[in-house]
Amino acid sequence: MSDTAGALQHPWPDLRMQRAGVSLGMWMFLASEVLFFGGLLVSYAVYRSFNEEAFRIAGAHAQIVYGSINTVILLTSSFTMTVALRAATANVRRVTLIFLGITAALGVAFLVCKGLEYREDLKEHLFPSPQFPLSPPATAMFWGFYWIMTGIHAVHLTAGIAVVLVVWTLFKRRVIPVQGSTMEGAAIYWHFVDSVWIVLYPLLYLAGRS
Amino acid sequence: MNISQFTTAASDYAVKVDRLFYLESVIAGLVVLLVTGLIVVFFALYYRGSSTPRGEVPERKSREIEIGWTVATLFSFLFLFWWAASDQLTALAPPKDALEIHVIAKQWMWRFQHPSGAREIDELHIPAHTNIRLAMTSQDVIHDLYLPALRLKQDILPDRYTYEWFNATKTGTFHFTCAEFCGTDHSVMAGSLVIMKPEDYARWISAQPQADDLAHQGEALFRSFGCSGCHTPGSTVHAPDLHGIYGHAVQLADGRTVTADEAYLRDCIFLPDKNRVAGFPPLMPNFSGSISEGQANALIAYVKSLTTNRAARTPNASPGQRGGSPP
Amino acid sequence: MTDAALPFVPPLDVRRGSYLDEGHTILSWLTTTDHKRIAILYALSITVFFLIGGVAIGLVRLELISPTGLFLTSDEYNRLFTIHGIIMVWFFLVPSIPATMGNFLVPMMIGAPDVAFPRLNLLSWYLYVGGAVFTVYVLLSGGVDTGWTFYPPFSSEYSHSNVIPAAIGVFIVGFSSIATGVNFLATIHMLRAPGMTWFRLPLFVWSMYTVSVVMVLATPVLAMSLLLIVAERLFGLPIFDPSAGGDPVLFQHLFWFYSHPAVYIMILPAMGVVSEVFACFARRRVFGYGFMVFAMLMIAVVGFMVWGHHMFVAGQSPLANLIFSFLSFIVAVPSAIKVFNWTATLYRGHIGFEAPMIYALGFLGLFTIGGLTGLFLASVPIDIATTDTYFVVAHFHTIMVGGTVSAFMAGIHYWWPKVTGKLYNEFWAQLAAITMFLGFNLTFLPQFIMGWLGMPRRYHYYPDVFQIWHVLSSGGAVILAAAYLMPLVYLTWSLFCGQDAGNNPWRSTGLEWQTPSPPPKTNFLRPPRVDADPYDYHDFGRTEETGGEARARPQGEA
Repeated sequence: MSDTAGALQHPWPDLRMQRAGVSLGMWMFLASEVLFFGGLLVSYAVYRSFNEEAFRIAGAHAQIVYGSINTVILLTSSFTMTVALRAATANVRRVTLIFLGITAALGVAFLVCKGLEYREDLKEHLFPSPQFPLSPPATAMFWGFYWIMTGIHAVHLTAGIAVVLVVWTLFKRRVIPVQGSTMEGAAIYWHFVDSVWIVLYPLLYLAGRS
Repeated sequence: MNISQFTTAASDYAVKVDRLFYLESVIAGLVVLLVTGLIVVFFALYYRGSSTPRGEVPERKSREIEIGWTVATLFSFLFLFWWAASDQLTALAPPKDALEIHVIAKQWMWRFQHPSGAREIDELHIPAHTNIRLAMTSQDVIHDLYLPALRLKQDILPDRYTYEWFNATKTGTFHFTCAEFCGTDHSVMAGSLVIMKPEDYARWISAQPQADDLAHQGEALFRSFGCSGCHTPGSTVHAPDLHGIYGHAVQLADGRTVTADEAYLRDCIFLPDKNRVAGFPPLMPNFSGSISEGQANALIAYVKSLTTNRAARTPNASPGQRGGSPP
Repeated sequence: MTDAALPFVPPLDVRRGSYLDEGHTILSWLTTTDHKRIAILYALSITVFFLIGGVAIGLVRLELISPTGLFLTSDEYNRLFTIHGIIMVWFFLVPSIPATMGNFLVPMMIGAPDVAFPRLNLLSWYLYVGGAVFTVYVLLSGGVDTGWTFYPPFSSEYSHSNVIPAAIGVFIVGFSSIATGVNFLATIHMLRAPGMTWFRLPLFVWSMYTVSVVMVLATPVLAMSLLLIVAERLFGLPIFDPSAGGDPVLFQHLFWFYSHPAVYIMILPAMGVVSEVFACFARRRVFGYGFMVFAMLMIAVVGFMVWGHHMFVAGQSPLANLIFSFLSFIVAVPSAIKVFNWTATLYRGHIGFEAPMIYALGFLGLFTIGGLTGLFLASVPIDIATTDTYFVVAHFHTIMVGGTVSAFMAGIHYWWPKVTGKLYNEFWAQLAAITMFLGFNLTFLPQFIMGWLGMPRRYHYYPDVFQIWHVLSSGGAVILAAAYLMPLVYLTWSLFCGQDAGNNPWRSTGLEWQTPSPPPKTNFLRPPRVDADPYDYHDFGRTEETGGEARARPQGEA
């Protein structure tokens, strides 16, 4: 178990407490993220309640096929991330590395799919501008929220992919052992980004299709 | 200018506000004296090196004292809240028979439209001893009409109506200012509030350049903008009849029921799809950009006037707009 | 690697073996993960911004001597008060006590060698610097004129100033707050020394805990509200645009949902500092420890429920006004309890008149006045009359300047010997403290008066009937400025020529004093163990009373 000695960071007295501490810290950071997205979601909810018809009209133009594919991709990536975490806790380095890699790849696949979807949306001019094709005016509000919500989610996902790649490199080069606290922090964050998407999906893609 | 243009309490409500302020000042003053007094006394007695005997304050007494002053504080604050809330509640409901003046705020000036049609810029004449309601909207950013002598202010929002109402009891010339930061000339967006005896006001009004009163202006616009093309009983287009709708409930297409007030009528003109009436097709054109705020005020005044008199009206007898008969 | 020497170097004998001795290059400071060094990095940064924000408002107060202005255009005036607000709130007050004293002292007060995440700590400072870069850019490129409150539609559509970089700067520095908060919460939860139970924590640590909860939960909402403004201004997304169904008042709800808890971010640490100072300089345990903790927790929680009292005239419903008014009265109760408890702490104490105590007493008086004027503003009819006037300006400055800045000064002086190993000149410090108190009152009491008389805020030109109050206030500001410059002089002087402090010059019972001044890198020479309650001053008091020799009885030594 000399592997784990390299995992202990200053100022933690032992590895068990360090893991608990990193976990606690990551959950508290997620609390702030919940409020970050919460502000956005409350705004969306308020505007939707004032403009139900317009939001329904606008939401019907969201590309549900792309959205659903992306949902499947992210849910699968959460599964692979869980496998990686389990492998790390059991100190199975090879499986950890493989599944971290798959997770990152799925994240990239999501972004590619999103990029293609954005291209379609822009072709239809679904961006608030003089060429915005829908009416009434509040449909532009829905689409404003679409771009902000998916955009911020994509930023968080990109950060998550970067974290996964960095962790993968640190494990690969044996800078830190897989059994440490890093894997847990990364997994918690990844699951959070997935959960945000699970909330966004019905709001943006199922709004116009009841 | 002198300070009384700000500090005179020009209404009964203003007097009440002043009374609450003095009450709270007295209480606050007592608390400050108590705390400062204790600090000074303790300092004098217990300065390091002084020979006053100290000991230990027993635990039980500490707990009782703490609970005591917590409860006392809580009750004092609740008392203040109750006093303040009562003052707030009495001023809550807008008076039904108010003289309504329209206010349009824009960077960096004020426009007032009296129901008779008279217009003012940066100056507002009102009659004393009359219920007055200001219906206010902004053409650009958020402003705020602050009337110090009436102890009132209210933010003014774009594309919405907000209201202030009062009954002034003192005549004189007072000051009003903008009280929500609105850009470069925010600090000079001000004017005079002239409170006159009702008979003087009536005389002043009749001396103003006689434009048509607001409702008649609105009637003319109703025709020139083509509203009457759809909103008359004989039209081929199926559109809601506007007679009698002001102040009454309207059933909307999405299931909600709302009251047809000024805000609703305004939205109908500028955001027709927001509040579509149940049972009617979405055919109404969107007039935002082609109708100004002032014209909207006139149209709304006209629709309001359709409430009380369905029969043909003579040009000078416009019900509900002069001096306050109920809508 | 640059080997440039630091601008100041305390004498060898004091700093040898301390955290100041670990690396003398600028790079060693810029790459440190030692919480004590990071605290000093923050202290230097916020001092710079305090001076910039102070110069801005100095120019404003100068201009206000005349009702028709002296040398500024209205646009320049508007940009000056805006940048004053932005800098003072986000680049001075919010980080002030937590990032300097919190960073330095929390690990020491709980007996830990560092915070939970030292590298996150350094990152939080770089986030501050990142936000600061945007703010400096705004300063150099003509400023922003929306007021620190960024209300749309003015900020999103009508302002011709640098709204976007200003908003981005605040957005970035917000994450510095969140990082600090996460760090402190994990540290306090997990790294307390053996025997340091929750109810043996010094009240300063409790204040850092509660402020961290607020920072972590409130700041993200600010970030979102500013992001939406940037989205509207930069990309044309019509979030607050009424013509697309948007509502400018929604921004106000989002903004104040953060900005009201933000004022508690600014006062809770001050309360923590003042508790420590009163205990030490009155040689008494703080009266009612349990109630003091409970009061801070209540302030943190209920503080999230009162934001609507900033919006009584914004177009809220009367019912909402009633509810927010009620909750605002409730949230004042715990603050009142704390004032009574601090006063009671003096009872039967041995009260000194050193500079930290003068500042703490100033805090007590001014916080009482400021808090009481909050009751006026919680009363809806009075608020309708006084909101957006100088009454509000005076209210919040009394609490933030009279309160928080006084407490900040108290803490700086109290812990100066611990941080630097040097004693400052007590006479000059006492003079500065008294000057500050007098200057403060002359600056802000006239503002209460003219606010009630009807003088609106954010006004470049004003009706000449208010001139006398403005002149008095500007005169006070000159005195206040002098009082702030004095510590810069004598504190710097003490670094070179001050007396050595020794481990515990104040004979305080805190854990941070049971270790050398300045402390070693790992804080303690031996891992501490705690077996006593905080503020165990009564043995000191009793010993002095009986004429026996007063000995420091350190906690934590085996």
